[in-house]
Amino acid sequence: MQDVRRALYVGSRSDGTLVQRPMSPHLQIYRRRLSMVLSISNRITGVIATGGAALGVFWLNAAAKGEKSYTTASKVARNPLTRLMLFGWIVSVVYHTVGGIRHLIWDSGHRFDKKEVNEDGPVAVRVTVGVSVVLTALLCLVGRRRAKKRG
Amino acid sequence: MNAHDPHIDVMRSHLGRARGLGAGHSGAGHWWAERASSAVLLPLSTWFVVQMFRLGGASRADVVEWGGKPVNATMLIALIVATFYHARLGLQVIVDDYVHGHAHLPTRLLIKFGTFLLGLLGVISVIRLVVAHGSTK
Repeated sequence: MQDVRRALYVGSRSDGTLVQRPMSPHLQIYRRRLSMVLSISNRITGVIATGGAALGVFWLNAAAKGEKSYTTASKVARNPLTRLMLFGWIVSVVYHTVGGIRHLIWDSGHRFDKKEVNEDGPVAVRVTVGVSVVLTALLCLVGRRRAKKRG
Repeated sequence: MNAHDPHIDVMRSHLGRARGLGAGHSGAGHWWAERASSAVLLPLSTWFVVQMFRLGGASRADVVEWGGKPVNATMLIALIVATFYHARLGLQVIVDDYVHGHAHLPTRLLIKFGTFLLGLLGVISVIRLVVAHGSTK
């Protein structure tokens, strides 16, 4: 069967002749704006957050399995590349949370005018950067102190 | 799409063709479940962020001691279930938007099965921690 989206692009005039309905412009036609970057970022960070959650489950599984697998997991966790991924995960989760809160606010019927959306966008970016950096720095500090205490 | 002359392949109305291919009266339910699970995740993930400070650089004994406590295990399981349920709903929308044709259904099933298995593994692991915690007492 014909793809339904394609089928719906065929319409008929009042005299019965068929016409191809017009299509809205593609993405690259529009001027780049912060709101569209933030919108797609909410999806991308959602996917990354899921990947990080999967890694979290694997870590939990390693702890459940026993001493040996937990030691391996800890070794992997200490790898600089893993650390970088962990930072990316924190940024993603924080942004996805900020974006999610904005969505809930919009759904309740607030802050959804063009002016308000454009005002809140930069705030969302600033909050994300601030919270992510502070959270990562504190976690590094606590982890290092605990590891030192254990020797 | 614009290259060829407009024509109709199938002698069915637009409505008839579209019927059964869309949200099928469950779109609002999916949307609502996504919002409700996101609202649940706010307190649960805030709890987890606080717990992360207790877990940074922890030994396995620390993790068992932490995860074996009934309240922690409860919160952890709730977090895992809510996370992968929300992930399933969100990934499903992404697949619906970007994956077309024959690949759509298998990808959709893969998302459902994958998130289900990951959530189950998380829950089983927490139960294992609780059991391990019990045997140390």
